[in-house]
Amino acid sequence: MSGSHDKDLQSASARLLKQSHSRWYEWLFWAVALSLFVIFGDFIPGVPTRLMLLTEIVTLALLALSIDLVLGFAGIVTLGQGAYFGLGAYVAALLAKGGAGTFPMSDPVIGLLIAGLVTGVFGFVTSFLVLRGSDLTRLMVTLGVALILSELANQMRWLTGGADGLNGVMPSAVLGIWEFDLWGRVAYLYSLAVLFICFWLSRRIVNSPFGLSLKAIKNNPLRARAIGVPVNARLVAIYTIAAALAGIAGALLAQTTQSASPDMIAFHRSADGLLILVFGGAGYLYGGLIGAAAFRVMQDVIGNITLQYWQFWLGAVLVALVIFVRNGIIGMMVAGWARLRKGDGQ
Amino acid sequence: MLTILFDGVAYGMLLFVLGIGLCVTLGLMNFINLAHGAFAMAGGYLTIVLMNRYGISYYWGLPAAFVFSAALGAILERTLYVHLYNKSHLDQTLFSIGLVFMSMAIVDYFMGANQQTINLPPALDGRINVLGASVGIFRIFTIVICGLLTIALQFIIAKTRFGSRLRAAVDDGRVARGLGINVTTIFALTFAFGSGLAGLGGALSIGIISIDPTFPLKYMIYFLIVISVGGTTTITGPFYASLLLGVADVAGKYYVPEIGGFIIYTIMVAVLILRPQGLFTKGATR
Repeated sequence: MSGSHDKDLQSASARLLKQSHSRWYEWLFWAVALSLFVIFGDFIPGVPTRLMLLTEIVTLALLALSIDLVLGFAGIVTLGQGAYFGLGAYVAALLAKGGAGTFPMSDPVIGLLIAGLVTGVFGFVTSFLVLRGSDLTRLMVTLGVALILSELANQMRWLTGGADGLNGVMPSAVLGIWEFDLWGRVAYLYSLAVLFICFWLSRRIVNSPFGLSLKAIKNNPLRARAIGVPVNARLVAIYTIAAALAGIAGALLAQTTQSASPDMIAFHRSADGLLILVFGGAGYLYGGLIGAAAFRVMQDVIGNITLQYWQFWLGAVLVALVIFVRNGIIGMMVAGWARLRKGDGQ
Repeated sequence: MLTILFDGVAYGMLLFVLGIGLCVTLGLMNFINLAHGAFAMAGGYLTIVLMNRYGISYYWGLPAAFVFSAALGAILERTLYVHLYNKSHLDQTLFSIGLVFMSMAIVDYFMGANQQTINLPPALDGRINVLGASVGIFRIFTIVICGLLTIALQFIIAKTRFGSRLRAAVDDGRVARGLGINVTTIFALTFAFGSGLAGLGGALSIGIISIDPTFPLKYMIYFLIVISVGGTTTITGPFYASLLLGVADVAGKYYVPEIGGFIIYTIMVAVLILRPQGLFTKGATR
């Protein structure tokens, strides 16, 4: 009895290990992200500088990644991740502004950590709200929290600058060495490094026994509870982690754009984050990253024609995505790959 | 004081007519339709176009808005929504947000982003004295129309054969199907009717709350509050909830404008936490 139990345990941990090995296409993905820096970093004459756009994509990717943790792995439907994103942005902006470019307060890395900590605590407190109720209740509670926060950001003018937001946020040099430059080179590499670290952490989390228990909860909370998974504690934990990640994403955006505005905490942030994730494919971790790139490039191309077109096509893409496609871009790629291999076998 | 109460009641009645369709679709098909406000906006804009471009009277604009939105609802239900009933709540949410974005872009494209104004018929314009309070005639008009609609709805649901089928389908769709009730048809009809009511509400809201392309997004949260507080199993629950919300919102914005929006969201979250099934429902949850 105990022998077979040990064997099960061994095969389970072997499976986990196998899953956690990085594959060649993952390395390729990060290599591409890094090479974009060389291509669009104003090193090659004739190619326009696009590092600002790329940096924004990185922050959106991190936001979507945090949503993936709660939605794709734990199955909590949320429309309020923008609250943590915006909170992180304001915390980082206030810190950098308060320090006026000097070491302890304006240091970007310390700013990120504090922003992550504050949003993590806020996430922990609010996580108890999403433990109860159906999908709709969760949707509305998270939305309600986000709306309350954005209302607060608008009203607390003395702290947040009201509708004007906070401008002239000047973080000091990254690690005391690299100053933020005019082209956004430091900003991009810095954000990419942060994204990489957060991604690596998330990857470790979802491939751990803890991550497996989350999947169990997503698939069937009742059964998960029956086999001894502490459902509520696990949900609180992952929600808190995701909130902290979203806060770090917001802090990154505030530091790299050197401002914080009510726009960063508004409803559309939550919606955008969710759309990006669904666009890329939820439950793969890479979905948010690929989705952010696709989303933001599309927005740039179509939005440059007119803003209304962008909104229309965004809506149309969403509707089509839900009706025709499963699991977004990655889902399509996986399905295409499977079909290809099946074709080879015959 | 009385004026505020009156305005609040008118506003609440309006919210009820706007949102009741959503309550029924949610209760009946367990379908999250965040695009409900888009139908209201469609009705409102139709009335505006009819009046400002073709000089048709406001009184004809109201039924036209109802018919137009109901037709729109019926068409979309048969072509798009029908694919979504078996999908997850997340898919439904995304799909309906997509519809909201599209509707906003379309209206913005054809009508511009500005608020639209109409000239109300002279009989509805102006204010009169009721019990010592100065009250807009249009608000009385709104209260009367919405009141009549509420009574009619209550009658249909409580007394007619269709109403009892509808209630059966809401209570337990599978058993209702087993008894030979055509739930699909009932749902299609109810969806169209609810959309029509939203359209009518949209036409009425031109005179009370302004209408612009962000309407579906702005009022989405209000509909959700009505549902969360009122529950989806009755129509009296959402009715009381709408009145409460209307009065609270108007009074809040008047007395404490700084934190007006804040109160409502807080109440919503509190109600959802303490009574996820709604404030005015009798215990049993599904």
